[in-house]
Amino acid sequence: MSPRIKDAVPPLPIVIVGHVDHGKSTLIGRLLHETGSLADGKLDELKGQSDRRRVDFEWSFVMDALQIERDQGITLDTTRIWLKTRKRPYVIIDAPGHKEFLRNMVTGAASADAAVLVVDAVQGLSEQTRRHAYLLSLLGVAQVVVAVNKMDRLDWAEAGFRATAEAVSGYLAGIGIEPLAVVPLSAREGDNLVRTSANLPWWQGPTLTEALDQVTPRPQPVDLPLRFPVQDVYRDGDRRILVGRIETGRLRVGDRVRFQPTGREASVAGFETWRGSTPIAAGAGQSVALTLDDDLFVERGHVAGHPGAAQHIGSRIAVRLFWLDRDPLAAGDRVTVRLGTASYGAVVDKVVRVIDVASLGTTGTEQVAGGDVAEVILRSHGAMAFDTFADNPLTGRGVLVRGHRVAGGFVIEGAAAASPNVTAVAQSVEPAEVHRRNGHTGGVLWLTGLSGAGKSTLAMALRRRLFEAGWQVYTLDGDNLRHGLCGDLGFSDADRSENIRRVAEAAKLFADAGTVAIVSLISPRRADRDAARAIVGDGFREVFIDASVEVCAGRDPKGLYRRAFAGELPGFTGVSAPYEAPEAPDLTVPTATLPLEDCLDLLEREVTAGFGVERRKAGRLG
Amino acid sequence: MSSHLDALESQSIFILREAYSRFSKLGMLWSLGKDSNVMIWLARKAFLGRVPFPVMHLDTGLEFPETYAFRERFTKEWKLDLIADACPPIEQTDPTLPSGSRLAARKSLGLKQALERYAFDGIIAGIRRDEQSTRAKERVFSPRGDDGAWDFRDQPPEFWDHYNTDFPPGTHVRIHPLLQWTEVDIWRYIQREGIPVVPLYFARNGKRFRSLGEEGITLPIDSDAATIADIIAELETTKAPERAGRTMDHEAEDSFERLRASGYM
Repeated sequence: MSPRIKDAVPPLPIVIVGHVDHGKSTLIGRLLHETGSLADGKLDELKGQSDRRRVDFEWSFVMDALQIERDQGITLDTTRIWLKTRKRPYVIIDAPGHKEFLRNMVTGAASADAAVLVVDAVQGLSEQTRRHAYLLSLLGVAQVVVAVNKMDRLDWAEAGFRATAEAVSGYLAGIGIEPLAVVPLSAREGDNLVRTSANLPWWQGPTLTEALDQVTPRPQPVDLPLRFPVQDVYRDGDRRILVGRIETGRLRVGDRVRFQPTGREASVAGFETWRGSTPIAAGAGQSVALTLDDDLFVERGHVAGHPGAAQHIGSRIAVRLFWLDRDPLAAGDRVTVRLGTASYGAVVDKVVRVIDVASLGTTGTEQVAGGDVAEVILRSHGAMAFDTFADNPLTGRGVLVRGHRVAGGFVIEGAAAASPNVTAVAQSVEPAEVHRRNGHTGGVLWLTGLSGAGKSTLAMALRRRLFEAGWQVYTLDGDNLRHGLCGDLGFSDADRSENIRRVAEAAKLFADAGTVAIVSLISPRRADRDAARAIVGDGFREVFIDASVEVCAGRDPKGLYRRAFAGELPGFTGVSAPYEAPEAPDLTVPTATLPLEDCLDLLEREVTAGFGVERRKAGRLG
Repeated sequence: MSSHLDALESQSIFILREAYSRFSKLGMLWSLGKDSNVMIWLARKAFLGRVPFPVMHLDTGLEFPETYAFRERFTKEWKLDLIADACPPIEQTDPTLPSGSRLAARKSLGLKQALERYAFDGIIAGIRRDEQSTRAKERVFSPRGDDGAWDFRDQPPEFWDHYNTDFPPGTHVRIHPLLQWTEVDIWRYIQREGIPVVPLYFARNGKRFRSLGEEGITLPIDSDAATIADIIAELETTKAPERAGRTMDHEAEDSFERLRASGYM
């Protein structure tokens, strides 16, 4: 019978990780039995089932039976099992060992205070075990107990254990983990799990549960600098109430706080609660609601710190990441960076190195495959507020979202300097303020298509139409820009790419200023247009002005096709150079078949859908 | 933070606020059981007194009279925006299911009906990881396909409180703010906060309901626990599973058989 636990001792979360065949499930099944944590009759029931099936009873059946009662899976996902030792309750998180379920291992391990790394005494460290160990270090699970399992297979030999233990400790030291204990045991036989074993007379160290009982619960980080990421802003009449969780540090009524990345400052007027007394201070881990003494513009994602100890600001950060998506990550890929409650459009600036988890060296590849760990530089479109992982383990980390899924996690090593994109100065006006005044957001409508397809005509007519409807709108025409900003460029592939890059950067400035920029540019290559999309970020709309070479040559307003067909214009798109039509444009406008007014209607609808300000949910709390 | 319960409360409030910030059409399931009462309590804390979205009781018409009385009283007292549409009849459920499971299937149909009728993109539900083994695998933000199906083999990762809140059209999301809580945590919190519950949880004549469902498919357990303190003491020593009194959990075929059937050695 398990001993009575004192009032409300929280269970300590422990994750069990390691290679798929090294005995994790057996270890957990046996541990449940040895600690008296199994439901009455469970063991007899399972043994009876094994007899009926004429198979030998295995301890892993306990785990499988616990998981399987309402489904038909194998150990696909993390499962939570509660058990108690003499000292305290634990919640055991069983993480799958299969490589393809690494995302589930991460899900389980990230919430643990400590880990048991199961290693087969005979086989030693497998690659999968090394990968799990490396992930533990990135996930910040620093307290590790190594269980050297299957000692019965080694005939309980001390020398064999010492050799395995030394190899494991050596590897862990290389990734900055010093294990609390390396424990010899046999899960199947139940040796040295809870009670000491007569088979291991030479072992003076702890049993597995004694080692676990040495783990200290993660302290609440109240002593770190204040970080209060704003989760939402509620309105109560005229009052604006900021809600969120204090990640680190303490916050008191009257404290002066600075919000990053805007740099705005105000003082805390008071906390708000529904019930009970209203506190005058709150600390790390607490979800709070508060008001300021000044009606600052603050929104989700802004992070309050004390002035002088606020977050860094930059648009390029060096991170160490683990990638969990099926499709690899490579330089140039667009991702969403999530730091706390903030979300930034970003691009992978550079893959510095992919780490070989076996040797801790470099693999030499430039793509980060699912399951890989890598050093990467991320560049955001706007300025990010961040901490380094070394300074603050809770706010110095984040996740990458690609498609609709969280696809990786990272810890921040520091700002990546020496880039023209470093934004040290935050703007004094927030984009949302501009949007509110204009009634729409800024953005870029990128018209691509053959010469003569109708880009310039449509771009100019659309500008007129939007202007008259009250929009802030401007047209950037490829031909016009070549007289100024791009006057030094020719028509080589490199110059064309540079031309497009400059136009994209210029268009982004218009968009940032709150204007809808209509770009009219042949931009024949997909890669260049993708680069433009990466530069502009979220507000980029690719529009294919679709007309065939035959149609355009028939129009030939500038006489260029005639000259190209005559061989006078080498590298003329559609005739002597390829045009790569967009694969998935945001809009296609077929100018050969649609009248001009209909084409303009299509474009106007795209602009309204893309850049018209969404109505915020009405009546938040009122 | 001072206690385990404070930490759980704070985490649940964080989750509820994430849900409210990320989804435009939220609904909360209110089964009228102890867990969903705790959930409503937490929502009132998160949103400073008022639950800012509808709460939904999937009504089979078969709850205990005490349960309906509880619903009437606290819908008013807590100023809830209650949706209590009747679930589709049992004839519409899969006839090959055992009878208790067919009753449960009515609730799945009722939820589906509500999703269509009210176009919710997020549904908040009070399940806990310790209740039942499949629930142990759940995510806090858990996507469901068109048919409401849960593809537990292909769940996105979820860590560091970065929830998956961005989903393709056609999916809705289940949000589980109580996932980390255990049964005894729930009772300790009910005790600390003074949260009302249906009186059927407390022992009368040696019997009480540990898990509350419909009349006829929920059986009471032997117990003399007549107060919350008694219940907490009982839970600290029991080894019987919480849902032992739920018929539908136990009428399926032998679990070990199913394990074998799925290719396990």
